[in-house]
Amino acid sequence: MKVQFTDVSMRFGAMEVLQHITLGVEEGEFLCIVGPSGCGKSTLLNTAGGFLAPSSGTVTIDGERVTAPDRRRIFVFQERGVFPWLTVEGNIGFGLFDMPDDARRKRVAQYVQLVGLDGFEKAYPRELSGGMKQRVEVARALAVDPDVLFLDEPFGALDSITRLQMRSELLRIWRAERKTVLFVTHDIEESVQLADRVVVLSARPGRIQRMVDIDIAHPRDLSSRRYIELRDLIFGEIGLAHQV
Amino acid sequence: MSKRFQRFALPLMTVAIILAVWSLAVKLSGTKIFPSPALVAKAIATLGEKSLLWHYIADSLIRVFAGYSIAIVIGIPLGFLLGWYAPLARSVNPLIQMLRPISPLAWMPLAVIWFGVSNAAPIFLIFLASLFPIIVATMNGVRNVPRMYLQAGRNFGLTTPQLMIRVVAPAVLPRLIVGLRLAFGIAWVVLVAAEMIAVDSGLGYLIIDARNAGKRYDLVVAGMLMIGVIGLLLDTGIRRVERWISD
Repeated sequence: MKVQFTDVSMRFGAMEVLQHITLGVEEGEFLCIVGPSGCGKSTLLNTAGGFLAPSSGTVTIDGERVTAPDRRRIFVFQERGVFPWLTVEGNIGFGLFDMPDDARRKRVAQYVQLVGLDGFEKAYPRELSGGMKQRVEVARALAVDPDVLFLDEPFGALDSITRLQMRSELLRIWRAERKTVLFVTHDIEESVQLADRVVVLSARPGRIQRMVDIDIAHPRDLSSRRYIELRDLIFGEIGLAHQV
Repeated sequence: MSKRFQRFALPLMTVAIILAVWSLAVKLSGTKIFPSPALVAKAIATLGEKSLLWHYIADSLIRVFAGYSIAIVIGIPLGFLLGWYAPLARSVNPLIQMLRPISPLAWMPLAVIWFGVSNAAPIFLIFLASLFPIIVATMNGVRNVPRMYLQAGRNFGLTTPQLMIRVVAPAVLPRLIVGLRLAFGIAWVVLVAAEMIAVDSGLGYLIIDARNAGKRYDLVVAGMLMIGVIGLLLDTGIRRVERWISD
């Protein structure tokens, strides 16, 4: 297992947020974690990122216990994580400070291209749209060549059209780079479109309620019967009738 | 009306109207105390001729910049420490908040005892006046750096000093520069009072001396005008820097 949660529980004071989470993520897997808001899915991701220590239980990556953030696994926030005082180039090259200038320039150019920001190298974040800022953040994470990416509702602040585009971009990049991805979202459709496997957490305190393998090949047909079946299965798990 | 016209012509028109009203009011009331604009202009010209004015302006600027610079050198690092280490802030903050409302002028008697008749006394007062706003602005800036920036910095493997330089400092800068401008405004205001003691030069001294040495209210008003005009120029300069940095 690439990432292994073993009996992870988390409490903040009297509030229990996570209960006995045991979960393994395979190398190269795209795993989505969904659940009602406040169920602790972000907290779970933060324990794997090394930003929070679990109250009990352990998280290991490559068999090594996670105790602090590490540049081999990068956390991607909503687009608000980009540094407003740096250009697109500056942001993407941020983590490459110990690289010789030449190699760094090359690497930055490569990732500018990968996320389709050619021509915006010198632009500052405030000149970019939300979707472009999100690309900058993804590129900044990928540029240091991590083996795990943690994404915490990365597209939550984008409009629905941009969100769809960003999903297929992310899949394209994931296929090209073969990272292990842990992706937290409250958007069930999103999880079924992206993931190899979806973990459904219960309402707080979060426990693993169900694991759903998404056995549909990419590119996924969003009107196929299997897609709708799996989507409705997860909707049902969370206790939502699929009606408006 | 063009923007340019509005920015320059409108304020000039206001000044012209004020001068006219001022001049008329002095003439109509027949006051012997308050000088007319013409007298004040003449006073400024005389001062300028004797090169006294330039000396005074230079002395005042040197004092303000000295006090203000020392406040920056001490206040910014202190603000960083207090903003970064919450327990330190909790223990020191009450003291700062208690010292802050004490007018720097209240320190005047002590400043005279400590520094005697020298440049050091007014510099000390200006230092005190600008120190607290700088500390507080820096501290609040550091404290309010979005957590995400810090997490991202840590995630990319930065040590605490690297994090300070590459993330906290640039994140704080826009807020800090606003704090520095406010602090400078306060320093300039305190200058006059600070120069009323312990020194025999400067714009503040000019005002108090003109009154003491023969009720030359034309010189008093001339001194006031110079302080206002120089203050405006300096503030404009700092605003320029501010805009350049936040761009």
